[in-house]
Amino acid sequence: MAMVFEKTKGLTDKPTHYCPGCTHGIIHRLVAEAMVELGVLENAIGVAPVGCSVLAYDYFNCDMHQAAHGRAPAVATGIKRVHPNNFVFTYQGDGDLASIGAAEIVHAAHRGEKFSTIFVNNAIYGMTGGQMAPTTLIGQKATTAPYGRDEATTGKPIRMSELLATIDGAAFVERVAVNTPANIRKAKKAILECFKIQLEGKGFGIVEVLSTCPTNWGITPVEAMKWLENNMIPYYPLGNFKKPGEVE
Amino acid sequence: MTKVLMKGNEAVGAAAIAAGCRYFFGYPITPQNEIPEYMSRELGKVGGVFVQAESEVAAINMVYGAAGSGARVMTSSSSPGIALKQEGISYIAGAELPCVIVDMMRGGPGLGSIQPAQGDYFLATRGGGNGDYRMLVLAPADVQELVDLVIEGFDLADLYRTPVMILGDGMIGQMMEPVEFKTENKKELPAKDWATVGTGGKRKPNIINSLYLQAEDLEQHNIKLQAKFAKMRENEKRVETYNTKDADIVLTAYGTTSRIAKTAIAKLEKEGYKVGLIRPISLYPFPNEAYEEIGENTKAVLTIEMSSGQMIDDVRLSLNGKVPTYFYGRTGGMVPSPEEIVNKVKEILGGDK
Repeated sequence: MAMVFEKTKGLTDKPTHYCPGCTHGIIHRLVAEAMVELGVLENAIGVAPVGCSVLAYDYFNCDMHQAAHGRAPAVATGIKRVHPNNFVFTYQGDGDLASIGAAEIVHAAHRGEKFSTIFVNNAIYGMTGGQMAPTTLIGQKATTAPYGRDEATTGKPIRMSELLATIDGAAFVERVAVNTPANIRKAKKAILECFKIQLEGKGFGIVEVLSTCPTNWGITPVEAMKWLENNMIPYYPLGNFKKPGEVE
Repeated sequence: MTKVLMKGNEAVGAAAIAAGCRYFFGYPITPQNEIPEYMSRELGKVGGVFVQAESEVAAINMVYGAAGSGARVMTSSSSPGIALKQEGISYIAGAELPCVIVDMMRGGPGLGSIQPAQGDYFLATRGGGNGDYRMLVLAPADVQELVDLVIEGFDLADLYRTPVMILGDGMIGQMMEPVEFKTENKKELPAKDWATVGTGGKRKPNIINSLYLQAEDLEQHNIKLQAKFAKMRENEKRVETYNTKDADIVLTAYGTTSRIAKTAIAKLEKEGYKVGLIRPISLYPFPNEAYEEIGENTKAVLTIEMSSGQMIDDVRLSLNGKVPTYFYGRTGGMVPSPEEIVNKVKEILGGDK
C-alpha cells in the first residue's frame, strides 16, 4: 500500500505534553517539515523558550538549547556566531518574546543576526496558567486581568511583527495563523521562506503564528479556532510585513 | 618570552586570546571597559567574534549559547553588571557549560561607585544566582597572576564544565605591570562531545538544558553537581602563605588588599612584630586548611577587605574558634592604607611583640 502521509523525521517520537486543541503541535510539525524539506535538520541547532513550548527540545529531532525566559535570541546569537554555517532557530511564545524578551528580540533583529524565529502568539501566558500577556486583547479575561484587559491601566496589545518590521536588520517578517487548513498551508510557506532567508545569509527572519489556547481561554478547541479568527486576526492582521527586495 | 607592560584589563583580553578564546560577549561598564574594547580590536584579527550585547543579561545568555556550542568564550563586567548576569550564570552552572567570567569589582550597593571594592565576595563564592551551585572563583593580586589565572581558568572551565569567575577589582584592572604569557597546556582536557554542532544525522540530538521537571531527576542532577564541587574542593584550592607557623598575628586578605597587607607586614617586621599572611587565591574553593595550620602561638587573625566583611565568614568557618578573629575594612571605593593596617595590628596586639 502506498504511503500517503508520514510523521516528519524532524520530530522525535516523544508524545508532546500539549493540551488538546492547542496548535503548538501543528506549528512544531510545520517547522520540522520545513527543516527536512530544506535539508537542514542534520545541521540545525534550535533554542527552546520558557513557556508552554519549554520542552520543545524533546520534540525537535536536532541539537537544541533550552534558554532562560525571553533570552532565546541572545542564546541563538551565541550559537550562530560560533557556527555560522549551521541552521539556527528559536521557538518562542508571546510572554517570552514580547514581554520579558522584548529587548533580546529587538536587538537580535537590529544586529541582523542570521537566525530564524518562530513566534507563537496565543495572547496569554499558557504554562503559568492564563495570566495576561502584552498580546492579550482588550477585554480578554486572564487570571491577572480578571475583569478583562483594561486599556487605561495596561495599554493596548503589542504588535511585534509590525514593530520588528521597522528594524532594518529584520529581513523577513510575516504573520500567519493556523486556524484553518488554508492558513496552515500559508504558514508553512512563510516558514519555508523565512528559513531560506537565513540560508541565503540575508539577515534576521521571524514568522509570527497566531495560535490558540483553549485551556486558558476557557473554551473548546473548535470555539478557540473561531475566537482566533473573530478576535485575533482583526487586531493582528495576517500577511507579510517585510521581505528582501522590497522598496521601503 | 619577553615581558610587556600592560594594563590589567587589556592583559585579560590578551590572556584570553592566548588561551584560545575566540568569542567575547560584553556590555560597557566602568572600570572594565578596556576588556571589551581590547576584544573588539583584537578578536577579529585571530578569526574570533566580538559582540557588544544589548545588556549584561543578553551578553551572558550569548555566552550560554556559545559555550553550549563548544566554544571557548568569555564575558566581563563590573559589580552591577555581574549582578545582572546572575540569571545566565545559574543556567550555565546548571547546564554544566564552561566559560570564563571576569568581575572587576567596584563600590556598591546599587550603582555605588566606579572605584575598586571587594563587595562581590558573597555573590561570587555563594553561587550568586538561584539554586544550589558554586563556581570556581580565582582572585589575582597582580597583573601577571591575572594573566595566569585567566589562561588557566579556561582549562579549569573545560575540565570541570563550569563557569570560572576571575574576581579582580578596579585597581587590578586599571594598573599597569609587566607580564608574560605562558600557555603550555598542562591539562588533559575532555572532548566536548556534548556540544551542539548539529547531529550530522549520526547521533541523537545533544541538548543543552538545566530543566528537570521530575523532582527525583533534579535531585540526582544536584547530587552530581555537588560531587563536582567536592572534586573542586579536593583539587583546586590555591593559597599563598607567609610565616603562618611562627606569627603573633596572621593577616588574611585577597587581591588588592593582600598587597597592602604585605606592605604593612614589612613595616611591622621592621618594628619587631612577627606577622604572617594567608592570601587565598581561590576563593571558591576556599583554602581552609591554611587557617587550620596556623601556629599555636598565634594570638589573632586579622581579615582585611575592601568590604564591610564578607571573606571573614569563610575565615571564621575555617578557624572554627581556634583563634580570635578581627576585621578591618574600607568600603565605597576607599582603599585601606598600610598605616591603617599597622595601627589595627598594634591595637589588637596591645603593644605585645
